[in-house]
Amino acid sequence: MPSIKLENICKYICRDVELEIKDRELLVLLGPSGAGKTTLLNIIAGLTDYQGSVLFDSQRVDKLPASKREVGYLFQDLFLFPHLDVSANIAYGLKARRQPHDGTEERVAELLHLMKISHLAERYPRHLSGGEKQRVALARALALSPRVLLLDEPLSSLDAQTAKYLRTELKQLQRKLGITTIYVTHDLAEAEEMADRIAVIQEGQLQQMGKPEDVFFSPINEAVSDFIGAPNILSCDRCQSLGQGVMEVDCGTMNIILPDDGNPVRRIALFPRDIYVSETMPPGPAVNRFQGVLTAIKPLGDAVRLEIKVGEHRLQAEVPHHIFEDMDLAVGKEVFLILKLRRIKFY
Amino acid sequence: MLNSLKKLKPGWGIVPVLIFLALWEIIARLNLTPGQFSFPPFSTVMVEFYNLAASGVLGDNFFASLTRVLIGFCAGSMAGLVVGTAMGWMEKLDKALHPIVSLLYPIPALGWLPLLMLWIGINEWLPITIIFICSFFPVLYNTVTGIRNVDKDYIRVARTLGASDFKILTTVVLPLALPNIFTGFRLEAGMAWRVIIAAEMVAIPTGIGALMMKAESLIRIDIIIVCLIVLAVMCLSFEKFFEFLETKMTARWR
Repeated sequence: MPSIKLENICKYICRDVELEIKDRELLVLLGPSGAGKTTLLNIIAGLTDYQGSVLFDSQRVDKLPASKREVGYLFQDLFLFPHLDVSANIAYGLKARRQPHDGTEERVAELLHLMKISHLAERYPRHLSGGEKQRVALARALALSPRVLLLDEPLSSLDAQTAKYLRTELKQLQRKLGITTIYVTHDLAEAEEMADRIAVIQEGQLQQMGKPEDVFFSPINEAVSDFIGAPNILSCDRCQSLGQGVMEVDCGTMNIILPDDGNPVRRIALFPRDIYVSETMPPGPAVNRFQGVLTAIKPLGDAVRLEIKVGEHRLQAEVPHHIFEDMDLAVGKEVFLILKLRRIKFY
Repeated sequence: MLNSLKKLKPGWGIVPVLIFLALWEIIARLNLTPGQFSFPPFSTVMVEFYNLAASGVLGDNFFASLTRVLIGFCAGSMAGLVVGTAMGWMEKLDKALHPIVSLLYPIPALGWLPLLMLWIGINEWLPITIIFICSFFPVLYNTVTGIRNVDKDYIRVARTLGASDFKILTTVVLPLALPNIFTGFRLEAGMAWRVIIAAEMVAIPTGIGALMMKAESLIRIDIIIVCLIVLAVMCLSFEKFFEFLETKMTARWR
């Protein structure tokens, strides 16, 4: 499978984009809507003209039409051919490229089995659920054993549970097949779960590229920090397992309980929206519950950003505007914080 | 009330028709119709239908009309399909031909009749040409619309799957445009019969339309009604045939 390199790519909002994706890597292109993510995929697939160069394994492919680039592309809306049944959808590329028909049926059967959809072979797309359509579209994209797989927000139309399940499967499949993959999303959690590396793109500019933890803990500029939710970053001095799948980490004056995955924790990212703020002491156990003093209040559109001093740390928390208005908060007032356990990022 | 009507078995649809025929028979027998010429009862029309069929007059004229319709319609709609596909698929061709099509399409098929009588003369080619024109433009228009309405992303998907332009056209675009194309076929299949009757009434001495004109000159209202019934049945049959064909070809995936 090839490495992919983009050199000085210009098209629509994209300006001089330089990007390198390693062989067999799963790179997540992360950015808000309209940032130019899909445009970059279309350029790699050869579906649009562009300025600059695209290289597969150091070979320029700019002159190759989409049909010759050997790219598997999963579109956001999938676009299964409605007039073809599942088998025919999967076989479409094989037949279109006039590969010997002897192998087509075997390859289709293999993909049906791989995607666990053998029982759907003769169904038409209108009779499939969202998750089933997803699997068929992926099987179709993989049928020609593409060198590169492009996934454009492939799970955005699914419910959260199905999407999570398919994300895990997709990641496993990508590892198994070893296909160089670019996965587009605007969802931070999805990016973190899927990515070997994340490329943050905003307004057609590549802002930052690195491992998920690099992006979370060392956002390169304010734009990236804001996009990923401006997390509070805490360094951990010590961590110890408490058994029962949890551990305690010391971050200066704060002792935080985290799920224990067996690895030592070096840093913690707390997203402002994942910090619960209360004027009175919340009921329940005192796990990840802290007391602090409100030091600043900053309105942000439909939310309000609060700066709270907890020991030596100054934490940013966010509450929706309508909830803030129901509270009686003022600078200097004592407040209570709860860190939502499952939302804490740590590496 | 509506729900209970919906629950009726399909066979019950014949009831209004029987009531209509019974009323027709009674009104005609009691001579309740206005005007100076009597209105023949349904039974008399059926007897005349039998007489015309048995004598071969109806068959000869019917087959004359049917042949013209089939030749004109098949040629016109195939030409409309080919040109419409080319226009729908090739943007430049569409831009070049669109103004001409837009000008010619609104002209009623019968509007061409005087011109064609001068150009072609009064012979078999005249009604066939009229039917050709009548079928060509609507099928062309619906084919162009159908192809243009196919989501471009299906084409992009097919392209990434390695399909050539011709393959994309034949395996993706045309199948997805079928519902629109069939709308053109269906509408024009019935329209072809309406037009052929009018053309035969005006200019051609054979066919169902011509038979109606002869019956009119002999004040044979029963024969005129027989011809109208044949016309109605043929319009309906042609439309239903294409409806059936459309369902057969697209129902599985629509």
